[in-house]
Amino acid sequence: MNERWLNAAVVAGLVAFPLWALWMDEPFLITLATRAVILALAGVGLNIALGLGGLVSLGHAAFFGIGGYAMGILASHAQAYAPIMEWPFLIEGTKSMPVIWIVAMLAAALAALAIGALSLRTSGVYFIMITLAFGQMLYYFAISWPAYGGEDGLSIYVRNGFPGLNTLAPAPFYGLCLTVLLIALAAHWQIARSPFGLALNAARQSPARVETVGIAPFRLRLVAFTVSGAITGLAGALFADLNRFVSPVMFSWQTSGEIMVFVILGGVARLFGPVVGAVVFITLEHWLGGLSDYWHIYLGALLLGVVLFARGGLIGLVAGRGGHE
Amino acid sequence: MSLLSVQGLSARYGAAQALFDVSLEVAQGEVLALMGRNGMGKTTTVKAICRMLPARGMARFDGHDLLRLPVHRAARLGIGLVPEGRRCFAPLTVAENLLAAARPGHWNAARIGALFPRLAERKGQRAASLSGGEQQMLAVARALMTNPRLLILDEATEGLAPLIRAEIWAAIARLKGETGLSILVIDKSLRELSAVADRATILERGRSVWTGKMTALSDDIAAEHLGV
Repeated sequence: MNERWLNAAVVAGLVAFPLWALWMDEPFLITLATRAVILALAGVGLNIALGLGGLVSLGHAAFFGIGGYAMGILASHAQAYAPIMEWPFLIEGTKSMPVIWIVAMLAAALAALAIGALSLRTSGVYFIMITLAFGQMLYYFAISWPAYGGEDGLSIYVRNGFPGLNTLAPAPFYGLCLTVLLIALAAHWQIARSPFGLALNAARQSPARVETVGIAPFRLRLVAFTVSGAITGLAGALFADLNRFVSPVMFSWQTSGEIMVFVILGGVARLFGPVVGAVVFITLEHWLGGLSDYWHIYLGALLLGVVLFARGGLIGLVAGRGGHE
Repeated sequence: MSLLSVQGLSARYGAAQALFDVSLEVAQGEVLALMGRNGMGKTTTVKAICRMLPARGMARFDGHDLLRLPVHRAARLGIGLVPEGRRCFAPLTVAENLLAAARPGHWNAARIGALFPRLAERKGQRAASLSGGEQQMLAVARALMTNPRLLILDEATEGLAPLIRAEIWAAIARLKGETGLSILVIDKSLRELSAVADRATILERGRSVWTGKMTALSDDIAAEHLGV
């Protein structure tokens, strides 16, 4: 099957799914699908760094968590009618999703810029370890931050608002998250075809060759890492809004690993790879999780099969090897 | 004034010194042939000029000290390199290879297509699937897309079929005649170099031993330093 048709089928499935769930009177399935869509968004973020730039980051939970805590901090202060800070200038909380998204993306992008500026000076296993270390550093910081719940996390009582939408109802919130995901996918598609994305892809293969045409691979990667972090941060804000809860677990290395699993399962560098990966992951979690507490064993076996026999991921298995693997 | 001026350049690979004292000049619009037998330091000289290898001495491009710059900054000054062995971006298509390297200026995809019609016909094809000659054309085209003021061609026709070699030499002649681009060219074919180069510098054991006009390169000098 042609990859474009496969992608179109995935979009059609994602659009049709809530309608089917409503018809079946199963609103919980919409919430489950919302979770898949948000995690897919985090995967789209990682796919820019990993798929286009070849940057194996095991610290993307840092940006996911920053997005989550940006939402948690802003919303908790708004709900308590208590400003975040009063001096030297007043900063108040907000329940507005667009504002929260902007703050989450900016905070995650700034963190990615700082982490990237240090970690991108290394490569290979050192890069993996440094990104992992930053993620864990933020994890332990969140645990020891009592003002925002510490180890217990932080609950938000009412989901934040979006102009013109009832975000408390599962279907509109799903539609909102799906729209954000599709915008992120469009951005990824555009980046991959831009001179920047092409140079990033070329630098993945041979940084030395890219330098000889006047391009600094470090800068390319830093920009990609920052954009990647911002998108993952946005996913974190949405994820926190879905659960109305943020906790240090969002920063943990297991979260980084899960985001990477979505990308590898679906297909590294394949546009819809993280979407397919997240949908399969959530489906297995829901379906196998109901059958056995040890469902991760089956997920592990599937992942092993994909890595060994389907290098283009599940998308590659159906649509054939292609793209920029 | 020379666009590229190299004086007393020395470089080493670890403990082994490869260049001892290389000097050469390339003027605006000039084609300089860098000649020498195998292993005499031609490619090492190019690597040193392009900052791919640490070097000592003096190398200035349009007044800028090249030896203080990282590779990408040297390239951004206007040095387009066609490295030995083609080295295209294999996973990208022809069009994507050109777009990835593109900088504003005279050269764009349409002009590249006119210079190398074969590439225009294969713009959607992956670089890895091109023939050796087409990959070489793509390497030249990619360097031109950076809109350089100096194009460095390192063994651009090595190992290619005569027909493809002729196409590449014709393209180099067009570049010289129509654009006034400065070119530093390394090749083993004295006959084809003589047709396009204005001057030549000959290297022997990491030293420049002869520099002069191409027309002054006598059979005796060629026999002594090039073994032909």
